[in-house]
Amino acid sequence: MHIVVCVKQVPDTKIIKINPKTNTLDRRSAPAILNPYDAHAVQEAVRLKSILGRGKISVLSMGPPQATEVIKKCIEIGADEGYLISDRAFAGADTLATSYALSKALEKIASVDPIDLVICGKHAIDGDTGQVGPGIARRLDIPPVTNVIEVSEVNSNDRTIVIKRKLSNGYELVQANMPCLLTVEKEINKIEYSPLSNMLKAARYKSHIWSVSDLGEVNITQLGLKGSPTVVGKMFTPPKLEGGKMLDGTSDEQVSQLMEVLLEQKELLNVK
Amino acid sequence: MDFQDYKDIWVFIEEKDGVIAPVSLELLGAGRKLADKRASNLAGVLIGENVKNLASTIFEYGADIVYVYDQPIFKHYRTESFMKALLDCSNKYKPEIILYGATSTGKDLASAVATDLPTGLTADTTELDVEEETGLLLASRPAFGGNIMATILCKKYRPQMATVRAKVMKALTPVRGRMGKVIEENIALAEEDIRTKVLEIVKETTKKVRIDEADIIVAGGKGLGSAEGFQIIHRLAETLGGVVGASRDVVEAGWVPHAHQVGQAGVTVTPKIYFAIGISGAIQHIVGMKNSGLIIAINKDSEAPIFESCHYGIVGDAFEIVPILIEEFKNALTREEVSHVREV
Ligand SMILES: Cc1cc2nc3c(=O)[nH]c(=O)nc-3n(C[C@H](O)[C@H](O)[C@H](O)COP(=O)(O)OP(=O)(O)OC[C@H]3O[C@@H](n4cnc5c(N)ncnc54)[C@H](O)[C@@H]3O)c2cc1C
Ligand SMILES: Cc1cc2nc3c(=O)[nH]c(=O)nc-3n(C[C@H](O)[C@H](O)[C@H](O)COP(=O)(O)OP(=O)(O)OC[C@H]3O[C@@H](n4cnc5c(N)ncnc54)[C@H](O)[C@@H]3O)c2cc1C
Repeated sequence: MHIVVCVKQVPDTKIIKINPKTNTLDRRSAPAILNPYDAHAVQEAVRLKSILGRGKISVLSMGPPQATEVIKKCIEIGADEGYLISDRAFAGADTLATSYALSKALEKIASVDPIDLVICGKHAIDGDTGQVGPGIARRLDIPPVTNVIEVSEVNSNDRTIVIKRKLSNGYELVQANMPCLLTVEKEINKIEYSPLSNMLKAARYKSHIWSVSDLGEVNITQLGLKGSPTVVGKMFTPPKLEGGKMLDGTSDEQVSQLMEVLLEQKELLNVK
Repeated sequence: MDFQDYKDIWVFIEEKDGVIAPVSLELLGAGRKLADKRASNLAGVLIGENVKNLASTIFEYGADIVYVYDQPIFKHYRTESFMKALLDCSNKYKPEIILYGATSTGKDLASAVATDLPTGLTADTTELDVEEETGLLLASRPAFGGNIMATILCKKYRPQMATVRAKVMKALTPVRGRMGKVIEENIALAEEDIRTKVLEIVKETTKKVRIDEADIIVAGGKGLGSAEGFQIIHRLAETLGGVVGASRDVVEAGWVPHAHQVGQAGVTVTPKIYFAIGISGAIQHIVGMKNSGLIIAINKDSEAPIFESCHYGIVGDAFEIVPILIEEFKNALTREEVSHVREV
């Protein structure tokens, strides 16, 4: 079984700070990390491989040359091979152009070693659209199953997979024909500590790096900014709300003013 | 591509167990405004099994047309089957704009449809407008980092598509008996054409926090310093009979589970009363709570952006203010009870 996991390098938005004066991102403060959902996606591939007792895990990323760092991280978690597609032509891609570029790389990977399963994260914490996974599935013409919280069964014989897909009030059990594409939620697994051997391998690992010309037949008008139907129009600070009555006085005085406001909503507050 | 051929505003109607998702009704409200501005029709696209009867509700909430695909193959939502119906409809009737709720179903479907059409798709929109003359959709969403919104445009493709957050737009008051045109469609789709099967649907009975249904939310932020400090949020919520909400930084720190997170990457809420305590007021938080009935902010920094998005603000230390508030409230409650007893 050949599993390919798509992984994205993202700024660590937990550490990132916003400059309160300009309201913009202080990029110096943002180290790049493996998108957290994608770490779970790789972990799930590792789990499936160990249950099946065989298989191969490849990871694929699109990004600048430094993105090889997140591929190393994936090798540490347990991936076998890593591919980075990196080219100026990919820059400025929206989700449509991103899924196109990634699907072309997946086709190339599959031409050597057919793919049974593609796994993506539910979303990337920076762009945060969750649109790339289903987009790749459509381009490869394989069924997508999003919001996966458990892979319950993999039947290599009849080439089907049974998964739990999260719903707002529970889950559904879905059977899909392989090859298919999953997008995973964080709750699908816990990231395990990597064995030392993986760390050593990761430290030495050299990713395969491809440019556009390595991808075979590609329609360049569908790549990057040119291939992106969406464009960012204006950026604006949302209009301030009018409300904003500031209470004043000592803490006690402020609270008693607030109590007056709250007690107008008496019926609400009495329901305990 | 001749843009003249594309008209009308569409809303994908999400349905489950014979009930229309609230976000779809909200989108009909938002869509109505866009359609009026463009002097065009508002249509709902309804896909499912035994769903035809819902058309009347869709008209009452503002639609002029309902396209219906009512076939057994649509019993459960599946990307491939629903996508084929929507593509069929879109290719036939050519809408200018299609809106979807930014739910797991809406996002899944819209992403697949956008890839096949192909067209642009704006994710998690929180503001919608349309250019009256050109029909260009102005879909805005919080931009990565900073208190900034970005308007995403799709100038060269039609239809234009966006997923829209729940509870951000307002549904119209339904007009009873309001009628429209039902267009029934049928698509030749065999079960074998669909490569996934829903084997079972399991409803979780364990009671989960549903902060989106609460009337009172007491939300705390990183300003509370630690999980121990955050306890005053739990205490105030308990006193008021509300539920606990949190900023993302609090959830990331592990003080409360993700189900409590309010905001862009969490839940959008519209309680009657919302407390934001020790929360700075980043745009990603604000979009998740700004439509609350009464917003009360407590923050020790008078410059904190949260004060721009609240109805009442207190500049002060949460650890000083909140205990007094809890005390006052308990007093008020007992007074209430006493007076209640007297009345009896
Ligand atoms: C503020 C902001 C708003 C944006 N709004 C939109 C919008 O509304 N519509 C739109 O089409 N684009 C939008 N974009 C562009 C979009 O973020 C990029 O196209 C990005 O390359 C992919 O989208 P994402 O980060 O949302 O990924 P998601 O779709 O959230 O990612 C899901 C999964 O896809 C895989 N994946 C995603 N990107 C890569 C990659 N580079 N390499 C390998 N695997 C990957 C990963 O498995 C990931 O977990 C926006 C970008 C920004 C910064
Ligand atoms: C793609 C993306 C998605 C995001 N999604 C979300 C989301 O869904 N929800 C969300 O909340 N955030 C989200 N964020 C993060 C958001 O940008 C902010 O970083 C976050 O909301 C800040 O949390 P906070 O207000 O608790 O912490 P801080 O910004 O650290 O603010 C703490 C506040 O507490 C005040 N304070 C300190 N001590 C006290 C005291 N003793 N008494 C009173 N006040 C005190 C400080 O003055 C400060 O204003 C997202 C970010 C990105 C990039």
